[in-house]
Amino acid sequence: MEYLLNKIKKMIKFEASIKQRDDLYFITVKKEQLELILSYLRDNEGFTHLAFLQAVDYLEDNKFQLTYMLYNYDIKVNLGIKVYIDREKAEMVSIHKFWAHSWQYQRELHEMYGINFPGSPRVEESFVLEGWEEIPPMRRDFNTLEYSIKTYYQRPGRSTNDPAKYMKEKMYKKYAESPKIRRDND
Amino acid sequence: MDKKDIKEIEKQMKLANEGLPEKERILFSDVRPTTVAPLNKYLENFLNWARARSLWIIGYGTGCGAMELRPLMTSRFDMSRFGIAPRPTPRQSSVFVIGGYASIKTIKRIVRSYEQMQGPKFVIALGSCTINGGMYYDSYNTINRLDYYIPVDIYIAGCMPRPEALIAGFNKLKEKIQTGECEGMNKYAENFDWYKKNQKQIIKDWNMPDYNW
Repeated sequence: MEYLLNKIKKMIKFEASIKQRDDLYFITVKKEQLELILSYLRDNEGFTHLAFLQAVDYLEDNKFQLTYMLYNYDIKVNLGIKVYIDREKAEMVSIHKFWAHSWQYQRELHEMYGINFPGSPRVEESFVLEGWEEIPPMRRDFNTLEYSIKTYYQRPGRSTNDPAKYMKEKMYKKYAESPKIRRDND
Repeated sequence: MDKKDIKEIEKQMKLANEGLPEKERILFSDVRPTTVAPLNKYLENFLNWARARSLWIIGYGTGCGAMELRPLMTSRFDMSRFGIAPRPTPRQSSVFVIGGYASIKTIKRIVRSYEQMQGPKFVIALGSCTINGGMYYDSYNTINRLDYYIPVDIYIAGCMPRPEALIAGFNKLKEKIQTGECEGMNKYAENFDWYKKNQKQIIKDWNMPDYNW
């Protein structure tokens, strides 16, 4: 695997690489290099399986991180390829030419995060949110509680118990009030 | 014109199937639901007795609570000994079991199935999600109170309620039917505009007929 990473490093300059486990590696590449590296890994190195494609919202950095997780059946290694894209104008090249099933992931990302994938088939069709009018709900600046209160009728009288607080009050009251009392073992 | 007249006129107004393409609008029913008055006392009592003894569940599992219906149907809990049996279509069934949370996509189908069921029809809401949203009370995609969209006869609280709780709920429903309290269908007809307003408020792309019977 190190050999392969070095080989890729010679080909293109990637930004960072992480070894998380013996069978799990991550590399971070630039947006423009993605198609090149995916086609190389798929055709020449045996990473024939796209396990998933997912997005992470980095609101503070104003970026989305896309992770393309590939799998090699011969050497049994996962390789995640991370790409950072701009959050305001979220657009990414579609990879449905490499893996036909990736249109489904891209459709979901388009619906939940509002990332555009030009040319991806059926990307505009809605998955779950039929007739959604707000900003995409998985973006972190979408306040889901506020939306729920505004849209769906809350039934009054709902109460919650914070477990730590509840346990302190009810179960360990004796200990909380007088710190001198200790359990026998202490 | 006083308020009564306005109400009468509103009642006669028909919804125009606006969600459908123009060609298809005439294909669907345009009759408002009407309330059904009970027959004379003894006949109605007899009918209620009979209704309570033949409950047919629509085979539409909405949400995770539908998982409890499988053990209920099969040999361990065996609901057929209570005179309850599943049916595949809304037209042939009389009880709608809402199994837990209902997302917007599901509530659309629930409304459509509920309206297609023939009366008298009853609704059992299962799990705390249907009561106040349960653990999904802050979700952007699930409703909090089911009784704003269709009338509910029995709530079974819990997350999840076990099949025993469901059987208890069914028994309670039977009692209610026998005493003639389950008037969900008439309630729906009386407050039809309110229910439709609530439904249309959350179902933004209303691409189905307004009257589904």
